[in-house]
Amino acid sequence: MAEIKNYTMNFGPQHPAAHGVLRLVLEMDGEVIRRADPHIGLLHRATEKLAENRTYLQSIPYMDRLDYVSMMMNEHAFIMTIEKFLNLEVPIRAQYIRVMFDEITRILNHLLWLGAHALDVGAMTVFLYAFREREDLFDCYEAVSGARMHAAYYRPGGVYRDLPDTMPRYELTKNRSKKEVEKLNANRQGSLLDFIEDFTKRFPNYVDEYETLLTDNRIWKQRTVGIGVVDPERAIALGMTGPMLRGSGVEWDLRKKQPYEVYHLLDFDIPIGKEGDCYDRYLVRIEEMRESNKIIRQCIDWLRKNPGEVITKDTKVAPPKREDMKEDMEAMIHHFKLFTEGFHLPKGEAYAAVEHPKGEFGTYIISDGANKPYRLKIRAPGFPHLAALNEMTQGHMLSDLVAIIGTQDIVFGEIDR
Amino acid sequence: MTTPWLDIIAESFWILLKILLIVIPLMISVAYLTFFERKVIGYMQGRIGPNRVGFHGLLQPIADALKLMFKEIITPNKSNKTLFFIAPILTIAPAFAAWAVIPFNAELVLADINAGLLYVLAMTSIAVYGVIIAGWASNSKYAFLGSLRSAAQIVSYEIAMGFTLVGVLMCANSLNLGDIVNGQQGGLLQWYIWPLFPLFIIYFISAVAETNRAPFDVAEGESEIVAGFHVEYSGMAFAVFFLAEYANMILVSMLAALMFLGGWLSPVSFIPDGILWLFLKVGFCLFFFLWFRATFPRYRYDQIMRLGWKVFIPITLIWIIFIGLMMQTPLKDMFH
Repeated sequence: MAEIKNYTMNFGPQHPAAHGVLRLVLEMDGEVIRRADPHIGLLHRATEKLAENRTYLQSIPYMDRLDYVSMMMNEHAFIMTIEKFLNLEVPIRAQYIRVMFDEITRILNHLLWLGAHALDVGAMTVFLYAFREREDLFDCYEAVSGARMHAAYYRPGGVYRDLPDTMPRYELTKNRSKKEVEKLNANRQGSLLDFIEDFTKRFPNYVDEYETLLTDNRIWKQRTVGIGVVDPERAIALGMTGPMLRGSGVEWDLRKKQPYEVYHLLDFDIPIGKEGDCYDRYLVRIEEMRESNKIIRQCIDWLRKNPGEVITKDTKVAPPKREDMKEDMEAMIHHFKLFTEGFHLPKGEAYAAVEHPKGEFGTYIISDGANKPYRLKIRAPGFPHLAALNEMTQGHMLSDLVAIIGTQDIVFGEIDR
Repeated sequence: MTTPWLDIIAESFWILLKILLIVIPLMISVAYLTFFERKVIGYMQGRIGPNRVGFHGLLQPIADALKLMFKEIITPNKSNKTLFFIAPILTIAPAFAAWAVIPFNAELVLADINAGLLYVLAMTSIAVYGVIIAGWASNSKYAFLGSLRSAAQIVSYEIAMGFTLVGVLMCANSLNLGDIVNGQQGGLLQWYIWPLFPLFIIYFISAVAETNRAPFDVAEGESEIVAGFHVEYSGMAFAVFFLAEYANMILVSMLAALMFLGGWLSPVSFIPDGILWLFLKVGFCLFFFLWFRATFPRYRYDQIMRLGWKVFIPITLIWIIFIGLMMQTPLKDMFH
């Protein structure tokens, strides 16, 4: 009598639904998954170790590359930890700029998540729609920092520089007629704030577009309702944060519970789910995009009315003004010291976290008083989520696994670090 | 004594020529269907699709074909070599063979046989062997899963599709495709789509499932099992599967046009009938295939099975009985 055995299957790392380099060893009973064993480390770049050998300022660009779809948020957590050490006073305008770009980043992340999740489930149009909007947001990144992705815009004590008064515009090329260029540049005539405002006006309609394609779609519902259910107690026990936790109905958001920057001054809601399945998490994230849009609008209104400094005047941490350096010896020395040796943090430990699009993203720094961290630990939200994959997929089919990977919004940059 | 020989040879050549006259335009339309698909889906998704090779990208399919021809066909080490190469042939042969009985207008048909519909059904059913053998011969778990999925799916939807065709032949009283079209003479309202509307919908959805197109493309399942049964195929071997898929799409659209939409008949009496009408209707059906692909997420394997067995088969059965009963009533003229 032949014995019927489960078979193992290698899922990834080169798999279209592996979201980068996820490798799963699946134990399958026909189409049904009995065990999913995630293997990580294929994108390990030793960010934490590298940071030990660089000054704090030099480590900021590494943070962009952790979760490479929500760049500025990663910087934010790192910078907040440094500011906690130094008890730095951040100019309120800088705080508003940070919040605005945090929310732009949240939309960027959620758009990619939405596109990738829908593509995993087979709806490919949403993916391209989402990328259409991401393009505009990348333009904002570019206008403010010069880089479309890895911005390195946040600095301890503020942001690198104030928002630009003009937007970069498209130019005439061989393949682009004058009329097309005018159409492309229509919303780029004013400042960056005008451009973002124009985007926030358009964006709710875009979200409606995604929703018409998915929310009430029977197939989408059949594929997501009741898939990967996590009940609230389990979600907390598994260390889930962010939309994964809120999808299960736990009302937890650092922006409300431990307000940082100017979130306590802004009006927004925290959407939560009920069932804790893929569909609820989908709805939570869609709603979060709308809320982010609301926050951005409030920030724009405030930023228009209140010009001012965007980085601290403490020249021990932030570079002095160019003009000062021409006349003031001390400013010259500070400049030199800052860009060679960097600044020192007092001896001690500190942890600061932001509400990252994926959950709680925090950095924990142990300082021995030097100009670089003794140890840097990054708390990546995706890591506990991936750890829960086995529990979430048990008894589901192969196609559901793909939906669950999608709903977890996994990015390997942060998990492998 | 030599004349019968000459006759046979001449006739064989004549048939061969007719086959070529069908197959070559078919191949070209397959090539341009892929182009059309990329363009249509492109515009639906806010892109412009291929526009670099030739005028507005019109030479793109030629470039694709050339590329695939020059690519190496890689055979996996532990595959069954014979079956590995038989599989694509087994997939494309029925896809082309079924065209033998397709009438393009009242006279233009290669083989005017009376069991035409049955022949088409038989041919489309054979295609599943190609898929199963491809999955088996590849000796890959992904391919194997894909072929299992598609075997179950094609067999299930074959039944629903068969029942819808029963409805058509009840109306037409014939299995000959030419006669079926002629039964729909008399303008738009005489087409079988109206009395058989539920069957038409089911036929069309089953046709999408039969050809493994989105949202029923679990056999390929890009994001799940990568490419399903043809994951190990490259170069021309892959292209043959690709050709077969698109040839099948055109075939089922053609059948939909012939059986439900009046074939080459004109919808209104003041415009003459003609082959152009047939192509227009086929194009209309094909457009839906592309539209579906751009719109819908993919079904899960067991959901497809449920839809086929628990929804489509009962509905078709009920409608067939309904037609049968209606034919006994004074309203039978509605059903011809």
